[in-house]
Amino acid sequence: MNIDWKYTLAAIVVVVLVTVFTRALPFIFFGRKKALPETVTYLGMVLPAAIMIILVIFCLRNIGFTAFPYGLPELLAVGIVVIVQFFKKNVFLSIIAGTGLYMILIRMPFFMGA
Amino acid sequence: MNKNLVFALQQVVPVIFPYLFIGIAFGVLMDEAGYSVGWSFISGVFIYAGSMQIVMVSLLTAGASLGTIAMMTFFVNARHIFYGIAFIDTFRKMGWKYPYMVVTLTDEVYSILCAVNYPNDLEIKKVDFYITLILHLVWIFSCVAGALFGQLIPFDLAGIEFSATAFFVTVCMNQWQQMDSHLPAITGLISALVFYFILGPNQFILPALSVSVLALVLMKTKIHQTLTMAIDQ
Repeated sequence: MNIDWKYTLAAIVVVVLVTVFTRALPFIFFGRKKALPETVTYLGMVLPAAIMIILVIFCLRNIGFTAFPYGLPELLAVGIVVIVQFFKKNVFLSIIAGTGLYMILIRMPFFMGA
Repeated sequence: MNKNLVFALQQVVPVIFPYLFIGIAFGVLMDEAGYSVGWSFISGVFIYAGSMQIVMVSLLTAGASLGTIAMMTFFVNARHIFYGIAFIDTFRKMGWKYPYMVVTLTDEVYSILCAVNYPNDLEIKKVDFYITLILHLVWIFSCVAGALFGQLIPFDLAGIEFSATAFFVTVCMNQWQQMDSHLPAITGLISALVFYFILGPNQFILPALSVSVLALVLMKTKIHQTLTMAIDQ
């Protein structure tokens, strides 16, 4: 296959510029102020808790709740992560337990809908 | 060995697997679409955005216009607009590393920097830089490895990408325990769920983030009281 390298390079440059723009926006707005507005400092403290939960939902967004298996592998795996993290407070253990269970569940004939 | 670097290496472990998996997936897609390894390399170095790179492969093979590519990139990555707010004061004191820290703030880097408990004898700025740099290198390695050897991997790794979700869940739980006000987390959860059910999986994240910011600003006095009371006690 022949690659149109000018088009490809231009496309990559566009993706880079827009991605950098989204990441730089808060710094462009507030980065040069001597003292940050009080509301921005406050948001810096409280926003991460909101963003991380939204990010979890974002990761799970493509679950099909309306059809079998109703997102059960994902929900069970998240459940195990919550339980292990609650009792053991060990991030690695929680990730291994959740991911391991998920990888097993999606390979079970029952959940594959076969 | 440098203790800041050792500590940074320990912090990045939770997201190594998702990085390897998604980066390799991207490299394989590029390879299958006929792009040589150099393209995967420059994408990994300069774009450094997992889901967007994977979307880009289909845009490239479809020959999408540059305008379409710009719009798609904006909508796929717009959530990043909200990430920097927590790190303005830390990053801008980092000298020549400042722009680098800004442009490499991915989902995973963000979640790790939110989760770190810095021991007193370490330098926060150095640890943050090492975390960011190590993950960027892991990402570049994954993209290149996928393009070169991805099709040779003998086992089926499907599902290993769940480790990113699992890590994000543990970060949420730690934040829940450490924060004296649970209103920010509840605000995020409710707005995400409400917009998810109204707008569906592809459109909910921006409204959810925007409304959360607005709601948190409106609840500022109340949340601030809870936080400062906890500090006073």
